[in-house]
Amino acid sequence: MSIWFVPRDSAARSMGADAVARALAAQGETVVRTGSRGMLWLEPLVERLDESTGKRIGWGNVSVEHVADGSLDEASSSFLGIVEDIDYLAKQERWLFARVGVIDPLDPQDYVAHGGLAGLRASLAMAPDEVIEQVVASGLRGRGGAGFPAGIKWRTVAQTPARPHSGAHDSARPHKYICVNADEGDSGTFADRMLMEGDPFCLLEGMAIAAHAVGADQGIVYIRSEYPDAIQTMHEAIEIARCEGWLGAEILGSALTFDVEIRVGAGSYVCGEETAMLESIEGKRGMVRAKPPIPAIQGLFGTPTVINNVLTMASVPSILARGAAEYASLGLGRSQGTQVFQLAGNIARGGIVEKAFGVTAMELVHEFGDGTLTGRPVKAVQIGGPLGAYLPSDRLDVAMGYESLVEAGGMLGHGGLVVFDDTVDMAEQAHFAMEFCAEESCGKCTPCRIGSVRGAEVIDLMRRGVDADSNEVLLRDLCEVMTDGSLCAMGGLTPMPVLSALDNFPDDFRSHTGLPPQEVRS
Amino acid sequence: MSSTTVEPWSEDVACEIVSNIARKPGPVLRCLQAIQEKFGYVPAAAVAIVAQGCNVSRADVHGVLTFYADLRDTPPPSVPVRLCAAEACQAVGGRKLLRDWQQACEQDQNLADVTGVNEPIFCLGNCALGPAAMVAGTLLGRASVESLKRAVHHRGEGGNS
Repeated sequence: MSIWFVPRDSAARSMGADAVARALAAQGETVVRTGSRGMLWLEPLVERLDESTGKRIGWGNVSVEHVADGSLDEASSSFLGIVEDIDYLAKQERWLFARVGVIDPLDPQDYVAHGGLAGLRASLAMAPDEVIEQVVASGLRGRGGAGFPAGIKWRTVAQTPARPHSGAHDSARPHKYICVNADEGDSGTFADRMLMEGDPFCLLEGMAIAAHAVGADQGIVYIRSEYPDAIQTMHEAIEIARCEGWLGAEILGSALTFDVEIRVGAGSYVCGEETAMLESIEGKRGMVRAKPPIPAIQGLFGTPTVINNVLTMASVPSILARGAAEYASLGLGRSQGTQVFQLAGNIARGGIVEKAFGVTAMELVHEFGDGTLTGRPVKAVQIGGPLGAYLPSDRLDVAMGYESLVEAGGMLGHGGLVVFDDTVDMAEQAHFAMEFCAEESCGKCTPCRIGSVRGAEVIDLMRRGVDADSNEVLLRDLCEVMTDGSLCAMGGLTPMPVLSALDNFPDDFRSHTGLPPQEVRS
Repeated sequence: MSSTTVEPWSEDVACEIVSNIARKPGPVLRCLQAIQEKFGYVPAAAVAIVAQGCNVSRADVHGVLTFYADLRDTPPPSVPVRLCAAEACQAVGGRKLLRDWQQACEQDQNLADVTGVNEPIFCLGNCALGPAAMVAGTLLGRASVESLKRAVHHRGEGGNS
């Protein structure tokens, strides 16, 4: 009998990993459920510990039939060899995702054996200010899309005195909060989910480090409801962490007292915007707040609040463990460290690629991703989620980084790349961008609430060939108003996919797509 | 994982749920989510209970209830089907899958009744294995009309994989 590793990641489960795990267990094999390695086109990817070498060997796209007929051997066509030697993995720089797919995500011993808690122990031995200086020196910036330096944000919260909840008596207990934004709503992104399902203690460790650094006593992870597995895994991880003394009173024997709870979203994209998320955690409609005041000074319930994305927060433990200098030495200019890129959409080898900033979109899509799933030519790649630009296939030589993508007319966003083949109608995609904004706008500001509806109508008219020239002028004018006049990125960035589609693929807006003009809505 | 086993509406149970949450900070959304988890939806009668329990106006509760796409004021279908409508799934035939699925439901009234045809969802985080869908809380990758039907029947027979 051998030790087998089968992912419990929801992407692997969506391809039948549970049935495979059950079939192996029924044969008396020892089955460890891990996160996913991130080679999602191979899921379910099943691994076995090779006793002679101590390495894990793997098989891709495994089905129950493979288990039943005993064909999981080295002669099998699905045999992949030593998993960590597979080109896709071997060429990566796994820093944040080092444990994902390797460990049992809910086994605390496994976590510690693979370097877990080293960052928290190191930070507890430092003064809070020193921890913040380490995070500043690492160059870590927000991975949720905005790219704000994490250490600077932490410093602001550290320097702001704790406060009771707004509306509470002055004598009520003062608080500071650590909020993790796990409302990963961007299409084409799934790294937050995979980290929470594959290495949840890492996120909790990052939050405890942040709490020590800024003097916070409460943590909240706001997870979208579309991620039931991640919610379940995080709940279990929090329970285990409390039992282990990694959360709660006197963490690891120190003076730090800090606890974490989960809040679940309710199907609203705009709640990924940090102030709308705060409103949602406060139990209200997810309406965006005007800034200032910034959340670092007046955030959740009016208290000083650190808000970081999952990937940002989970990067902290390894920075503290391995040193800020090593992290800062990776990357490109002011984009330091690694980014967990997510290859999605019409792509042959979709999944997670963690690389230092500076890798090009071309390398990601063609070398790692092997082009489209359909085998047709790439027409466009949308980088950075529904609010990111559509780049044409001849401009994929752009280096991935915060500034370099802005120079190329796009944005990094949350690091997702959605690939489209040449059958895509870019006017339809532009129309969808406006429709999506209309559907998900919180409604607080007019450019977003009304502009998105009008934008969808105008693109509709152009696609029907009605006054295409004057409607294009109108659309561009509308996009300018939305960009300049919206309260948050929802309305402010929706023009990015629209205008990039229009600028790069003008013909798609003039082909009239067979829609009859007489059906134009008035 | 998904709340497909729900109880019939009971005012007493609802009051108890609300009283357990109402004193926590920011309770309104959590009360509504807990009521929906219990009963499958948030009946109109729950609005006043939440308002009173949390000491806010009924208009405030109504505002929260109608803001969030997840919250519903009518009972859900017995095996809800949700097809991802976002870009990564569009890139691999998500729109066509939706059309084909709607057609399949037109031809099979029982299928339409059981599933409610489709409640669109924007991204399930399975963007490398699209089109993605969720059938009664179970995530599917590379979904097709056939795999959707299989998942619906499996769930209808009490399966839970």
